[in-house]
Amino acid sequence: MGELGRPGVLGGRVPVPRTKRLLAGRGRYTSDIAAPTALAAAFLRSPHAHARIVSIDTETAKALPGVVALMTGRDLADTVAGFAATTAVHPEMKVPLQRALAVDVARWHGEPVAVVVADTRARAEDAVAAIAVAWEPLPAVTDPATAADAPPIHPDLGTNVALHLEQASDGAAAVFECADRVVERTFSFNRQTGVPMEPRAILADFDPNEGRLQVVMSHQCPHQMQVEFARLLGLAQHRVRITTPDVGGAFGVKQQLYGDELAVAAASVALERPVRFVADRAEAMLSDIQAREHVVGARIALDEDGAITGFAVDDVYAIGPYLQYPRSNLGECRALMTLTGAPYGFDAFAATADIVFQTKAMAGHYRGVGHPLACTVTEALIDEAARASGRDRIEMRKAQIVRSFPHRSPTGVVFERLAFAECFEALGAKVGLPAIAAEVEDARHAGRILGWGIAAFVEQTARGPGFYGQGGQAVSSRDGAVVRLEPSGTIRCLSSVTEQGQGTETGVRQLVARALGLPMDDVEMITGDTATTPHGGGTWGSRAMAIGGQAAWDAAMILRAEILRLAGLLTQRPPEALDLRNGNVVDSETGSALIMLADLAAMAHFQHYQFGTDHQPQLSASAEYGPLNQPFRAGTGIQLSVVEIDPGTGQLVLLRHLVVHEAGRVVNPLLVDEQIRGGVAQGLGAALFEHCAYDEDGRAQATSLSRYIVPMAIDLPDIELVHAASPAFTDDGLGIVGVGEAGTVGAGAALLNAVNDALAATGGRESVFAFPLTPQRILAALGVL
Amino acid sequence: MTSPEPFRTITCRVNGIARTEAVPVRMSLADFLRDVLGLTGTHLGCEEGQCGACTVVSDGATVRACLLLAVQADGMAIETIEGASDSGRLKDLQEAFYARSALQCGFCTSGILLTADAMLRDDRPVDRRAIREGLTGHICRCTGYHAIVDAIAETAEQRATCDG
Repeated sequence: MGELGRPGVLGGRVPVPRTKRLLAGRGRYTSDIAAPTALAAAFLRSPHAHARIVSIDTETAKALPGVVALMTGRDLADTVAGFAATTAVHPEMKVPLQRALAVDVARWHGEPVAVVVADTRARAEDAVAAIAVAWEPLPAVTDPATAADAPPIHPDLGTNVALHLEQASDGAAAVFECADRVVERTFSFNRQTGVPMEPRAILADFDPNEGRLQVVMSHQCPHQMQVEFARLLGLAQHRVRITTPDVGGAFGVKQQLYGDELAVAAASVALERPVRFVADRAEAMLSDIQAREHVVGARIALDEDGAITGFAVDDVYAIGPYLQYPRSNLGECRALMTLTGAPYGFDAFAATADIVFQTKAMAGHYRGVGHPLACTVTEALIDEAARASGRDRIEMRKAQIVRSFPHRSPTGVVFERLAFAECFEALGAKVGLPAIAAEVEDARHAGRILGWGIAAFVEQTARGPGFYGQGGQAVSSRDGAVVRLEPSGTIRCLSSVTEQGQGTETGVRQLVARALGLPMDDVEMITGDTATTPHGGGTWGSRAMAIGGQAAWDAAMILRAEILRLAGLLTQRPPEALDLRNGNVVDSETGSALIMLADLAAMAHFQHYQFGTDHQPQLSASAEYGPLNQPFRAGTGIQLSVVEIDPGTGQLVLLRHLVVHEAGRVVNPLLVDEQIRGGVAQGLGAALFEHCAYDEDGRAQATSLSRYIVPMAIDLPDIELVHAASPAFTDDGLGIVGVGEAGTVGAGAALLNAVNDALAATGGRESVFAFPLTPQRILAALGVL
Repeated sequence: MTSPEPFRTITCRVNGIARTEAVPVRMSLADFLRDVLGLTGTHLGCEEGQCGACTVVSDGATVRACLLLAVQADGMAIETIEGASDSGRLKDLQEAFYARSALQCGFCTSGILLTADAMLRDDRPVDRRAIREGLTGHICRCTGYHAIVDAIAETAEQRATCDG
């Protein structure tokens, strides 16, 4: 372990081998998989936010050419189990039963109501259009503020409040009462969705002879889907195989069970034929998981010296009509209730949260899961408090960042380590904040409206079993790996983590190659196949390297010990005197090569008698890993944004965006940088214009990419990156911290602070706390509208 | 609706090979390339011309394969990412994208490469701003575009040096 820092395959800016294939147009996404006998599925989706299905006439549709089957929600209800995201952590949570297809009542615009299976997608769509449904519209529930008081959309639950949460640290009320100053603001966060460029896709193929279901799908968590499809379709779990080939982005929206995908699997079982469904973009905009619609009343308390003494939040989180399965929707609230104020030392925290049902698309987890809310609330309140008390916002932060560890926040979270001191140091070394302030001031004197702002953020990564496992949900927080020495002396590594483009496979490959002293090219990776890889969590919550990489490292170290033992038998040396370097067993002192790994491997496979008669060479090793002694690993960072407001149009021009980041041991800085940049783009997009709008009748307005605006190249600046020094870890393992969500977490907060800095400089008293930061909102704040 | 699906026979050159196929008249060029010819490098991200993933080259100009019908390609020469890649004419761009990891999931990449190449073959100067403008009409959801701009700028420099 001591030589881990040695230059070479670990810690290098290594490109991703698989991208060569993608660059040549040879991707293998789910919709690319050839299946000549596959039928195509299309869905009738509810045109109403909320409506009773009085009757469905399917006769005309069934008679159309090419139609093989048509199934309604009622047709499927007998053979496909319903699902409900209950959790033992909150047994009091109201969790309505959801069905693959709506039965009797549709509760969001886009909810699947019936499925047609036909010989081509076009003909399946023809048949969908020919289904006649008599609808009886019911009242829509769209406004988070009034959802709790609206008539229940699940009458049997008697309420639209799925869960009410309260927490307070000791003496919280007194801290706010005694505060020298309390600053209070209300934040409104917009509904967003992930928009992976490859829409959701599934190809299900059931063979009745062995009761075997093979599913190819674009998903982050194949093992989870193996468990769920088996359970909900009544199949033997070990005869359900899920493979996830190239996945064209996911960002959290491909980690759930979707009713339409379950219906496709059910159709394949019923028809005993392969059935394919590829969502088009309009369907994706109606049916993919959406996220982050919250209204948060938030307060910060300060003492007379400007020290932060408390934070308080009151959150209303508006979800769709059901809780996302199997994870539930608690993540966003929990992040707000545990990470508010996270970078800083303070005395007291109080919070309430209400998760309320509404008749909009399903809501759930999207990149960063609630972290951006906590970061925005925290950082905007500090800026407001600094402005209100005439203090320097940077000095205020520097004076109060947590510097001694472990640190227990009054929110109830223990941070083993955070790196804000290191991040502020790195920020100062990279940019002179006074220089930026001076440049902005100069521009203001020239009549331009400029502002700058920063946001400090925490990203909780590599989560342990303390929530899903404890809640009785079949969501693994562990991952596993098998490494095999092949007769050629090369390695095959089967890992349960999955690849959506982050470079997961490359990172794991680097670790295995490093542990076994091989060139990277001598390690072959297999991921995304439940039949060959160990059961594991897959991709969620920035865990692939910190958990999956650790498992692969541990497995490789076991195999390494066996290889050195075998080499010791051959060379008559103690294994401790041997090392593996560049495909050779070498003398660890002199580095001189003793035997090629390829020769040893061939011998072990074909002439194992060479190693004596008392030992069977063990040429595969496996290990599994999941965090035990801490709930997560925290990454830390600071983002800086400089923005100009066009006073005529209210448009924001991003002049500069910079990220300082710390993530423990970095396996591949190239991939880490690109993950962070991509995350920043999603955070900025969400703050600038991404918005799942609904009309007052609850009909989705953002039904295409012309109506849901995501950033294009021209909308974004270059994204500068600075890496901060890493404080030591004290837990087990390699000390890798996840990075997938860091960029998203702090980007919007930094931008918001820059915008409000600019607005404040115009002399007005208006700040903006509603996302997205549309030109209308900016012009209103400027007093123009 | 119960009448047979109308088909028409079209002939076009795809990646240099003459193809004659009977296609439903409502089939898009993208579906023709993918489902009839098996050229799955052309990706469908939105089917309404917003995302650019389905970009192909038609008679020398970049077009959205989702916005054309297959029957409109009758008589045309179409080049997809497979053809452009196999011919080697994107090699420098592909290498620059690879080295900088200017792609992650890769779903948008085929279209971006073809547009970038067309941009670089144009006579206009290619600075970072121009590259960002030239990429308007393509959505990448993974990278934040920075590395893509880097890769195209680097290729532009190399091509200018070679041409010079």
